[in-house]
Amino acid sequence: MKKEDVPQQPHRIYEGETKAVYAVNQEGKLEIAQTAGWEAESTVLELALEEIARLAEDALQRASAGETSPLEYYMYAQRMDLPMLAQAVGRFQWQVKKHFKPKYFARLKPKQLELYAKVLGIDVATLTKLPDA
Amino acid sequence: MHKPFTHHQAAHCETGVISNLLRHHGLDISEPMAFGLASGLTFAYLKMVKINGLPLMAYRMPPRMIIKFLSWRIKGMKIRFHTFRSESEGMKALDDKLAQNKVVGLQTSVFFLPYFPRDMRFHFNAHNLLVYGKEENEYKISDPVFSHLVKTDAESLKQARFSRGALAPKGMMYYPEKIPATIDFETLIPKAIRFTCRMNGRWNPIPLAGIHGMKMIARQIEKLKKADQRYARLFLGHIVRMQEEIGTGGAGFRFMYAAFLQEAGEKLNCRTLSEAAIEMTRVGDEWREFAVLAARMSKQRGDQDFSDIAAQLRKVAKMELAIYDQLSGYKGN
Repeated sequence: MKKEDVPQQPHRIYEGETKAVYAVNQEGKLEIAQTAGWEAESTVLELALEEIARLAEDALQRASAGETSPLEYYMYAQRMDLPMLAQAVGRFQWQVKKHFKPKYFARLKPKQLELYAKVLGIDVATLTKLPDA
Repeated sequence: MHKPFTHHQAAHCETGVISNLLRHHGLDISEPMAFGLASGLTFAYLKMVKINGLPLMAYRMPPRMIIKFLSWRIKGMKIRFHTFRSESEGMKALDDKLAQNKVVGLQTSVFFLPYFPRDMRFHFNAHNLLVYGKEENEYKISDPVFSHLVKTDAESLKQARFSRGALAPKGMMYYPEKIPATIDFETLIPKAIRFTCRMNGRWNPIPLAGIHGMKMIARQIEKLKKADQRYARLFLGHIVRMQEEIGTGGAGFRFMYAAFLQEAGEKLNCRTLSEAAIEMTRVGDEWREFAVLAARMSKQRGDQDFSDIAAQLRKVAKMELAIYDQLSGYKGN
């Protein structure tokens, strides 16, 4: 990649930050260059974010209908998935899945709730209720 | 002895951190040189490890390995690593080191770092950064992937250092204890190049690493024709994200490795390496082309299909193999 060909396609996901890439300068030497963004990269990142948003939206609807607990919604909203969350709290996946059921979620001990809230980066009060639509 | 810290933007967090850290201590080593000497370049396809339901692809050695390899290979270099069981102890140890005017490397989770753009914060637990000072309750941070210095509050930094899950950092902090004045490039460079080329080339018996891993993904891409199309799009997008987004210096570290080969060629005054650098840049260009194709496909634009993308990947694998074959017995001048 030549230095003048380094893509400069800013996108809102970068929030104005630049990244470094290595590119060939006019003397034919590779050196570090700044890029404001690349379309191929921002496209796929958007796609991944859309997928997470879709999962979160789906979980939110089921949670409002009382079919699942807020835990599942916040898991997706905070960009985690089941294997990741289970590993982070040191439980099996089936145990975490059980906590997706409102009946068992309501019975969780404060300590367990705190741990879930901590790994998700939110506080307990947020975790136990759904966001206002 | 207090030396002001100079920040250099780097393409990748781990190589950037180690290069900034060693430069601060008077050993001038560039980011590509650190990457090359640690034999950081690789390719691996780990089907078992899933991130958001998609298999893991790696374009470099596992986290921490670059720093570890450097401290094993460079004579007289010692880097001390610490992990902590208790959060307060970990923060106190960091403060103590900062009070001695030391620059300290940390392993953190990107998700909890407030200065990252919101849409780029994912649960990736092995992000490296340097802390070079503290002002009241704010830590002054040199994050190598940013063009400028950043700051973060103590609470966020604590969360980032003690995040849990895969590759949990456990408050990992590191700093150099002994640093040599010079590096024996004549022996180290050939050794590191041979290692990389054997590991990724035809001698690797593991079918998911190096060029074999690329061929394996090519087969997987062909199979996507029959798979669920949403999964297919996400899978392709995922490859491109691993290649470009996670701070690789473009083309999944290939450009950075080319920069290393070029620098090594100048250091050893060797034409073979300078030519290999040009060839490696071409490989990088082909990787970028592959990314463009895959991104277009995942956005359902254009008229290419899965076999075109697989063919492009096979082409890249072939070109890389030629370089690996040429340099796997490299003995220097």
